[in-house]
Amino acid sequence: MNERAVVAQGAIPADSEVDGAPAIRVRGYWQSVLHRLRYDWVTLAFGVVVLAIVIVAIAAPLIAPFDPYQQSIVGRLKPFGWRGHPWGTDELGRDMMSRLIYGGRISLVMGLAPVLIATVVGGTLGVIGGFAGCLANTAIMRTMDVFYAFPSILLAVAISGAMGGGMINGIISLSLVFTPAMCRVAETATAQVKNLDYIEAARASGAGTLTIIRYHVLGNVLGPVFIYASSLVSVSILLASGLSFLGLGVQPPEPDWGLMLSTLRQSLYVDPLGCALPGIAIFITSICFNLVSDGVRGAMDVRG
Amino acid sequence: MLGYVIRRVLFAIPIALGVSVVCFSLVYLAPGDPLQTVLPPDATAETIAIVKHAYGFDRPIPVQYAIWLWHVLHGDFGRSIASQRAVTLEVFGALGNTAMLALFAAPLSFMVGYGMGALAGCFPGQATDRIVTGAAVIGVSLPNYWLGLVLVIIFAVEYMVLPASGMGQSGSAAFTLWHWSDAQFLVLPVITLAMIPIGIIARTTRAAVAEVRSQDFVTTLRAMGLGEGAVIRHVLKNASPQVLAVMGLQFGYLMGGSILVETVFTWPGSGFLLFKAIINRDIPVLQGTILALSLIFVATNLVVDLLQAVLDPRIRRA
Repeated sequence: MNERAVVAQGAIPADSEVDGAPAIRVRGYWQSVLHRLRYDWVTLAFGVVVLAIVIVAIAAPLIAPFDPYQQSIVGRLKPFGWRGHPWGTDELGRDMMSRLIYGGRISLVMGLAPVLIATVVGGTLGVIGGFAGCLANTAIMRTMDVFYAFPSILLAVAISGAMGGGMINGIISLSLVFTPAMCRVAETATAQVKNLDYIEAARASGAGTLTIIRYHVLGNVLGPVFIYASSLVSVSILLASGLSFLGLGVQPPEPDWGLMLSTLRQSLYVDPLGCALPGIAIFITSICFNLVSDGVRGAMDVRG
Repeated sequence: MLGYVIRRVLFAIPIALGVSVVCFSLVYLAPGDPLQTVLPPDATAETIAIVKHAYGFDRPIPVQYAIWLWHVLHGDFGRSIASQRAVTLEVFGALGNTAMLALFAAPLSFMVGYGMGALAGCFPGQATDRIVTGAAVIGVSLPNYWLGLVLVIIFAVEYMVLPASGMGQSGSAAFTLWHWSDAQFLVLPVITLAMIPIGIIARTTRAAVAEVRSQDFVTTLRAMGLGEGAVIRHVLKNASPQVLAVMGLQFGYLMGGSILVETVFTWPGSGFLLFKAIINRDIPVLQGTILALSLIFVATNLVVDLLQAVLDPRIRRA
């Protein structure tokens, strides 16, 4: 909650000398976060991997050696390096490497979209609930409590299972899974600053509710919300691939890591290594997002 | 204390009711008419009306909910569309098998996770801490169903020392824990299931222990001349409420979130039942399983909260 205060300090004379005192470099909040991150080589290294995964996913048509949908009856479940397929082929003779590269696109979308939606929806509801208090707060938070009472994978499976498979339904159900937690984080942060003196001062000087939220509340809420959201990305990737694995997420023939795992599972005894590859892709992506999120949290020094 | 118990139980009732509303409305989330799976495509309007009346779909939705809840409270979850058996029987049979997995995975993950976390928290910043933290991150980042597949590849396909799936030839009815021929089917699912809780518990314990260790009273204890072992005992005791809360939550997840692991190992528990219900679009079973599992989750959270209040008087007074 002292974010604003720090920023304000940073805005005062940074390099000029006041009353002959030696100049002290005062960093703003985000500047100091970046400064701390610059010396955290673990976070930086894994951040580079995340960036590489994103670039590979975006540039998939340029990088992928084959068409990920091109089937071949003779070339099914072939080993590494067979006829120019670097990582072999899957159970329908499609190139494994191309499918893994294209699969990154879907996995990233399934990892990021629900978190983004939940952040916007849950964050808004949380700020409204925290700021309005009383009836609105009770209505919003008790509804959230109900959804909080489900284990996350169970809620995702329940909603996707009832609505049927598909990427859109998967994104909807995962968004619904993350919204209550996001809402709680935003509500707690809002309620903490709501009764502080400077908010009252702003109101006394004639600021409207929207202005207060925009300039005085959001700055304090965005930090914790952002940290929490970043920790959810890897959870979302894992849950989304789990849904696809159960046949509830992305539908065939789309190349998705979870779906590839579930179809390759049938040929577990023939081609154990090929069956392991999509899992490795999921694991690397999720651990990178996890470690980057841990690093950013450490740099922003917010506990919880 | 009694006041706290009553308040906490009263708080759980609306939650449970809300959960039942969500489970009830799953039928209406399903695309198309809920009767689509029961009726033949060429059914006459008359037949549709009769079946609708038989299932109670011709009444207003709140009335339908009230009737459904009344039946549920009497232990009647309806009949499975796929097997025509009572959903209650199917769900409770499967819950026993899930509980068996959870009862083995919980102590395993609690002990390993707590041990790792406490060790790392006592030596923050040192090599032990780094190794434990790294292992814990791997634990929470692994897709556990994939880990299950890898374990199957290693122990069932390559070395053939453990069975790959199922519960053995005798099935769940004649499953005997004290016979290795049956018990060996538990090993891989339990290890797979314990992986994520181990990671989460280790991380939480490490954070809690490290935080308590930096408090002033620890310095006081040292200044009073207490040995390192006695200091650590105080630290662990003070970190326990936080650790206990996470353990309880994880137990709830072991019961309610085992669908992926059970599907990988075709373990005939509630998660696998849920998977089959989804494949068959068997909405009554889907509803019943999810309601039972989420109510168990709510009950677990309630028990954990009460346990915490027993351990920590500060919570009782709040």
